[in-house]
Amino acid sequence: MPETKPVLMQGNEACALGAINAGVRFYAGYPITPSTEVAEQMAARLPEIGGVFIQMEDEIASMAAVIGASIGGMRTLTATSGPGFSLKQENLGYAIMAEIPCVVVNVQRMGPSTGVPTAPAQGDVMQARWGTHGDHPIIVFTPASVYESYYLTIAAVNLSQKLRQPVIVLLDEVIGHMREKVTIPEGKLMVEKSSDKVPSDWKPYDEKGLTPLVPFGFGHYYHVTGLFHDQYGFPTGDPPQVERALDRLHNKLEKYRDEIVLTNYIGHKEPRVAIVTYGCTVRSARAVVKKAYWQNRLPVGLLSLQTVWPFPAKEIEALAKQADVIIVPEMNMGQLVGEVERYARGEAKVVPLNRYDGEMISPDQISEEVGRWL
Amino acid sequence: MEQLTQDFLRTKKLPHIWCPGCGNGIVTAALVRAIERTGFDQKDVVIVSGIGCSSRAAGYLNFNTLHTTHGRALAFATGLKMARPELKLFVIMGDGDCSAIGGNHFIHSARRNIDLNAIIVNNHIYGMTGGQHSPLTPTGKKATTAPRGTLEPSFDLLELAKGAGATFGAKGNAAQPRQLEQLIIRAANHKGFSVVEALSPCPIAYGRRNKLGGAVDMLRDMKEKSISVEKAANLDEAELKDRTVNGVLYAIDAPEFAESYYHSIGKEIG
Repeated sequence: MPETKPVLMQGNEACALGAINAGVRFYAGYPITPSTEVAEQMAARLPEIGGVFIQMEDEIASMAAVIGASIGGMRTLTATSGPGFSLKQENLGYAIMAEIPCVVVNVQRMGPSTGVPTAPAQGDVMQARWGTHGDHPIIVFTPASVYESYYLTIAAVNLSQKLRQPVIVLLDEVIGHMREKVTIPEGKLMVEKSSDKVPSDWKPYDEKGLTPLVPFGFGHYYHVTGLFHDQYGFPTGDPPQVERALDRLHNKLEKYRDEIVLTNYIGHKEPRVAIVTYGCTVRSARAVVKKAYWQNRLPVGLLSLQTVWPFPAKEIEALAKQADVIIVPEMNMGQLVGEVERYARGEAKVVPLNRYDGEMISPDQISEEVGRWL
Repeated sequence: MEQLTQDFLRTKKLPHIWCPGCGNGIVTAALVRAIERTGFDQKDVVIVSGIGCSSRAAGYLNFNTLHTTHGRALAFATGLKMARPELKLFVIMGDGDCSAIGGNHFIHSARRNIDLNAIIVNNHIYGMTGGQHSPLTPTGKKATTAPRGTLEPSFDLLELAKGAGATFGAKGNAAQPRQLEQLIIRAANHKGFSVVEALSPCPIAYGRRNKLGGAVDMLRDMKEKSISVEKAANLDEAELKDRTVNGVLYAIDAPEFAESYYHSIGKEIG
């Protein structure tokens, strides 16, 4: 594939560009630091290509509007941060329940509450998993570079459409605001258009499995609700149907698990000390592995997680069989480390490494911890 | 009264969940007849609703129907209308749904003057949760959360909408369903944000606690208090005390948001 010349771009901008290249033509949002550049990019670009940009009255309305537009057949995106992500949770749950595709970007900032709005953190990992109420499934991507912001947003849009499932792109302030050289491949992405061309026995929530979403306005008079519903979308409180409906939501992620869960390993083939991390912290960890393994051939490796939810359980299980120690650096008080410990199943010692003062974890900090266990 | 258009009803989903004496069925029937008379293509009509008794109407109507979250119906509808401006959207909300939890979306939909038809079924109470006071409960009336009568003044919903920028406001009631039907038709044909407030009896959760009698008493009272805009024009404030002015209260010409947006990007709607 021919490549254009490299450009200097911010993570937030890359996210907006990825969305547009993946066919997103509708954006609804509300200004909030440090995610505002995503909205600004969309406000500038969408009208030029026939899309819709709308600044809503609040984050709740932004989330509602993207769901409404998705039901109309558009590919949609909304972006926010910290407090705004909290407000989106209600309608995010609705989109999961009603199986309406949409992509939500959360550029994490230091919380809780208003916190330090301009400081980076990775404190929303568990909120991204469990922020909305009930036993819901969710997909969460954590880019570690500007280019990953670009392609993981594209992956988010496509998976969201395919699985009729909201996907969260969990950036952090470092990746969102960092400028990096990126090379965007030329050529057009394949974007499947939603259409009304479906079999006559099409059901919006077919018990047999996934069906494409037929937008409103094509003569298929189905019902969309946040209530538990039957395969035609109508409310039900019948216990076996309720159970089946909840299984349905989870099973589709289970079935496509290998397409959803993205990880990357670098370093020694049989590491004694492994690092597991995600987002901007990957960058510090990579610097450590470069020095320890590529220069000094020490038995050190790094498993970086592009997908944090569904959790890469298999990958952690395999890693724990290799390594004696797994270090989990996170810019929070220890969130994903609990999951790592759970799937290490006692095969490796799991060591948290946390920082929560609004500063990045440095390579030196990780290096020191690695050295302690070598 | 003639038979309702069966094509527009999901008859298999009946009977409905509403209590005996509830006005929701009357308002829903007026809506269905109004849609039929507009001549809109069935596939272009979308019913959006919030959460509450009246919002369950969406499930009984044979269109594309979107039963959203509490208070958010207008925000969902805004997204859908902007994505598909050719669709005809009717947004059913209750008084609490629209004016309390959904108050922000209500005033901003009015401000944008987006072409949505908001039908607010005002029974002065939260019915589904068993009778709590709403911003449209008249001062002094009792509710489970105002056992001694609410001290709070209530909104004048249509004035609120007008102040925020709505370009069509009408008031009707369940006791005069023919008039209500006509008001909904006019709202549907108006380009811009249209508000139809439909007073509706809730004898179970509101009437009983406030000793307003049964459904028939409440409907009779509604009808007796009602006075048309035309007749009201000749009466002074004292004479209008305790009367409800019914009809089209305002219809203003102003740019509609979806049309303005599409025009601004050089695209035709349709």
